[in-house]
Amino acid sequence: MDITEYIKLVFTDYTLRTITLGTAILGAVTGMLGSFAVLRKQSLLGDAISHAALPGIAIAFLITGAKDSNTLLIGALISGLIGTFWIRGIVTKTHLKSDTALGLILSLFFGFGMLLLTFIQKQPNANQAGLDKYLFGQAATLVESDVWLMAIVTGLCLIVMLTFWKEFKILLFDADYTQTLGFNTKFIDILITTFIVLAIVLGLQTVGVVLMSAMLLAPAAAARQWTNSLSVMVFLAALFGAFSGVFGTAISASQNNLSTGPVIVLVAGVFVMFSFIFSPSRGLLFKQIRFIKNRRDLELHKTLAFMHHIAETHEDISHPHAIKLLNNFQGYTRSTLQKLVDKDYVQLNGNMWSLTKTGFETAANLYTKQSTEDE
Amino acid sequence: MSNAQLEIQLIASLVAVACAIPGTFLVLRKMAMISDAISHSILPGIVVGFFVTQDLNSPLLILLAALTGIVTVVLVEYIQKTGLVKEDTAIGLVFPAMFSIGVILIAKNANDVHLDVDAVLLGELAFAPFDRLLIAETDVGPKSLWVVGTILLITITLLILFFKELKISTFDKGLAASLGFSPAIIHYGLMSVASVTTVGSFDAVGAILVVALMIAPAAAAYLLTTDLKKMLALAIGFGIFSAIFGYWVAHWLDASIAGSITTVLGLVFLLVYLFAPSKGVIAVMYREKQQRTEVSLLTFLLHLKNHDELEERHVNHLREHINWQKVRAKTVLDLAKKNNMIHIEKNIVSLTKKGDEFTSKAIDYIMTNEDAQIEDMKDDFFLFRG
Repeated sequence: MDITEYIKLVFTDYTLRTITLGTAILGAVTGMLGSFAVLRKQSLLGDAISHAALPGIAIAFLITGAKDSNTLLIGALISGLIGTFWIRGIVTKTHLKSDTALGLILSLFFGFGMLLLTFIQKQPNANQAGLDKYLFGQAATLVESDVWLMAIVTGLCLIVMLTFWKEFKILLFDADYTQTLGFNTKFIDILITTFIVLAIVLGLQTVGVVLMSAMLLAPAAAARQWTNSLSVMVFLAALFGAFSGVFGTAISASQNNLSTGPVIVLVAGVFVMFSFIFSPSRGLLFKQIRFIKNRRDLELHKTLAFMHHIAETHEDISHPHAIKLLNNFQGYTRSTLQKLVDKDYVQLNGNMWSLTKTGFETAANLYTKQSTEDE
Repeated sequence: MSNAQLEIQLIASLVAVACAIPGTFLVLRKMAMISDAISHSILPGIVVGFFVTQDLNSPLLILLAALTGIVTVVLVEYIQKTGLVKEDTAIGLVFPAMFSIGVILIAKNANDVHLDVDAVLLGELAFAPFDRLLIAETDVGPKSLWVVGTILLITITLLILFFKELKISTFDKGLAASLGFSPAIIHYGLMSVASVTTVGSFDAVGAILVVALMIAPAAAAYLLTTDLKKMLALAIGFGIFSAIFGYWVAHWLDASIAGSITTVLGLVFLLVYLFAPSKGVIAVMYREKQQRTEVSLLTFLLHLKNHDELEERHVNHLREHINWQKVRAKTVLDLAKKNNMIHIEKNIVSLTKKGDEFTSKAIDYIMTNEDAQIEDMKDDFFLFRG
């Protein structure tokens, strides 16, 4: 299937359109809220919450006996919130550290959820099949009403975020200052956390309990590499998330036996990897290039300083010296010498070199003034 | 109890012990979430191993999968070292990606692999006794019993051999390094044991529930003791108890054994969390309330000492002056009276000799910035605590 054909199909085919739209919206909202989770150093909270939501789904089903996705999501939301606040309770009230608390809630809630799920499966009720789709998610089960729900939540989330933007931002970077300014930090904190839980719960149906945390983290971690501004980061994260959703759906639709959730996660992973390597200011590639460049500059400086040292002993600074003199000196290479010539600091004459006037002056001032320009 | 039931309980208990030992150190080293990452990311290793060996209990598969676990740890550390993201984000990025690869590998080869993702997550202990190990045509017991038993034996041997090193490097990394124990070797050794244990147990209890067996008993034990040996023993005890009790709950509910073991673990932790003698939530809240009252008492006594005027020491005036609620004022007054710090005559409060002595000492400590000493002094003076 070629790309134009696929794009046509996205607009005409109901299922494909729903799924593409659903995963795109989901990616956008999780990316947006994930930025806050990452910056608040709560990256793994998403993992814990998504696992903690499982018993809620099972209990909601046990109570209502229906598989209506909205009811199940409310159950998931409640148990996700209980998990989150219990984690807080463990961290603040006992000496257990946050990693232990996260791991505990994650595994204990999940285990309890599995107990309930297997218990439900043994019940004489034909309705229970398909609850386990929440484990890995099945984007194929998305219907239009699910997408509407996601869109509404995303809209709500946007409104709240824009209204409380200033508060969110200040709490993120300086919680103590926020408190002294008289903001109700507890309220803002609970607001952010609740929305993060909400976004996670929304994604359970699509990518499932296990992989949900990556949806929250990956777009945000990728976006972080490109900017130092919160608003740009949130926007970029939403964009990356949405594109992961669209591309992931496209890839999984083009092949048999490829579940959408894992593919979306891997696409998001590619975004992260790309950002890690190619981001101009923080990326590994440019960092390495800068590193090499700095080392070259240093060598250049060392050569020049060494030449200056020799030239100083002569009355005529341009008195030629043999290149051999430089040979047993560390910073010297053919290319650094050539560079110095290009810069008009040094003149070459056969096997002899001599400093020019500018070269001598630059070398003399090399360590006395803070030179900011790149050599 | 049938033979199969006995074997299931035996396997579950062995898994619990094998998990509790590395789990204790992971919790103490604040690396609990690494176990979660390992348990997820061994999936691709297991799948590839399964392609090669076609046997979930083969030692080669266990080694291959454990290697994936170590690769995860190294990868997380590498990403963290680049400084681009924090450690927890690094963990959160690596394991879902590895897990996704595993899920896709399984899905792509669904026809050739008798391995489904549910089983990996949940395990199926109930079937463990049916997969027997035959040596020279004789039945020597379930395969997974042998696998888990071997892993446990190795873990215990390593624990005994390197107990001192582990202990020092857990509590004081700098000291351990200066004494010549390589922190890297101990770190990766522990990670390897955790990986191997996770892989060996996943067949029985599933990938995620391994995390519960590692963290929950250790966390519960940590709330009860500060002695490493006692903590290990308690964690093992909690693990075995939950394994056996959980089995019977599952039997009764006809539900997943692994799920019910975890649920029992959760209940055990909840009980300890609430009722642990000095570190449980109730104890902490009680202590906080006690300290609040005692601080109020001290404030009150200081106020009395500062004022000789009768009107300043009138019961009603105090209430207005220090701005306490009626109930709170009464609690503080009663406590002071019970401890013989004050006596009240015609609604005028004055310090007794003992109260005066206590207050003077407290002022000394406050002025010399040694507030912490007041806590010890309280034991000498108080007959009743707040």
